[in-house]
Amino acid sequence: MSTVPTLAGGFPDLSDLPAARPPHWGRWIAAALILGGLGLIGRAFVEGQIEWAYVGRFLTVPVILAGIGNTMVMAVLAMALGIVLGVVVAIMRLSPNPVLTAVAAGYTWLFRGTPLILQLLLWFNLALVFPVIGIPGIWSGRAVDVMTPFLAALLGLGINQGAYTSEVVRAGLLSVDAGQYEAAEAIGMSRLKALRRIILPQAMRVVLPPIGNEFIGLVKSTSLASVIQYPEVLHAAENIYYANSRVIELLIVAGLWYLLVVSILTPLQMLLERYFARGAARLGR
Amino acid sequence: MSARPLVAIRDAVKRFGDFQALRGVSLDVRAGEVLCLIGASGSGKTTLLRCVNQLARLDGGGIWLDGELLGVREHAGKLHRLSDAEVARQRAKTGMVFQRFNLFPHKTALGNVTEGPVQVQGRRPADVHAEAMELLRSVGLANKAGNYPSELSGGQQQRVAIARALAMKPRLMLFDEPTSALDPELVGDVLAVMKQLAKTGMTMMVVTHELGFAREVADTVAYMDQGAIVESGPPSQVLGAPREARTKAFLAAVI
Repeated sequence: MSTVPTLAGGFPDLSDLPAARPPHWGRWIAAALILGGLGLIGRAFVEGQIEWAYVGRFLTVPVILAGIGNTMVMAVLAMALGIVLGVVVAIMRLSPNPVLTAVAAGYTWLFRGTPLILQLLLWFNLALVFPVIGIPGIWSGRAVDVMTPFLAALLGLGINQGAYTSEVVRAGLLSVDAGQYEAAEAIGMSRLKALRRIILPQAMRVVLPPIGNEFIGLVKSTSLASVIQYPEVLHAAENIYYANSRVIELLIVAGLWYLLVVSILTPLQMLLERYFARGAARLGR
Repeated sequence: MSARPLVAIRDAVKRFGDFQALRGVSLDVRAGEVLCLIGASGSGKTTLLRCVNQLARLDGGGIWLDGELLGVREHAGKLHRLSDAEVARQRAKTGMVFQRFNLFPHKTALGNVTEGPVQVQGRRPADVHAEAMELLRSVGLANKAGNYPSELSGGQQQRVAIARALAMKPRLMLFDEPTSALDPELVGDVLAVMKQLAKTGMTMMVVTHELGFAREVADTVAYMDQGAIVESGPPSQVLGAPREARTKAFLAAVI
């Protein structure tokens, strides 16, 4: 206290004293414990029966690259189908027409209520029920020829995704203030035009984060299509390890590719969100 | 013989469950007239306005706009609801200004004004643009054309909302408590725009608590209570020398 100048009235002058850094012992201890734990895990993997050379070698073989390509193609197409179905079903669900409402609710109930892998197997084995499929009088074909692994995976993943996406879109539509519907109607817009021009663009802001979440989930769900012989990346990895028995190495290869894809998708989602936040961004939301 | 009224309301009834919001309201608004509806909240004045714009559907009686029955058609002794497209066409003759503005937040002030003419009337954006700018100028907001609603004050938003409604070239303007959600210092700008509009001969139905505005601008003031019109007439009479006890009690309470 002796070096601190004194103010009138005997109080010390604190205005020029620097703030001492608190020691944060807890942070240092936690960091040391976690680093130690990670070190042990890392050592286990280095000493374990993993041939890292195989991981490096198979990471970029053509079969794996084709597999991740097929994974992305399927994820994008199934999500597109899911979004189209989701928007249509959400609008039907909120329509004043009781028939449309019931159909929409039934669709969501059916495809959310059964496991995705079961739906994929059903689509793939459709030929057992309907040997010939087609539109009467216009076109028909043998179901085994039509229902390729690609089409079965697309229908299974896309229609299942539509059931989940419809609930996300419905939440977005409900989040838009009722006054927006009224304002759109008051300038003479039809219900569908109001939805397209006024309501959906505002709902997008609410809908995008969960849709991004759904898409990342779908990228990984495509791996289920390996059971119906769709040549996506996990299927490719399996085929290789059936031949060379390097099971863990090839699963790591597939895992690294999934991580890379998801890491690229996250910033893309943020760009989209920024676009649909126009008009609201300046409120600091 | 006086000309046919632009708006004719006959025995309008509206129920919300057990609550009777309108109990047989009859009212005429002549072309060029400014009608102010006053009364306590829950008296049915907003419901009446919403029925004129078909945001609410009547349970009884009828509303004729420019001689055309709104919302329904009589055929073979039964009332048939009009299709959504016909309702939209009828609505296009009226402009509505809401208490909470209800501007489209993802569109600029100019975008809000051009949305109706371009998307509903199918006019070319280039033709609409100059008109929309002129409307924004007339409400004093030409310099805010590129701003989003979140960047505007409440009073500015409401003036954009008035311009948006006028862009559809309506025969009738409906105002639902247009200044009730505004900070007191912003009320004057909006009222000034409405006064200016009244001077141009626009037919207006205004639900308002601004008795000063009603006294100055209205041709007719109607006092509503419990879903019925208690008293109506020129403002000098209804506001200055009310005959009904309920009108006197209301005016004594609000002034």
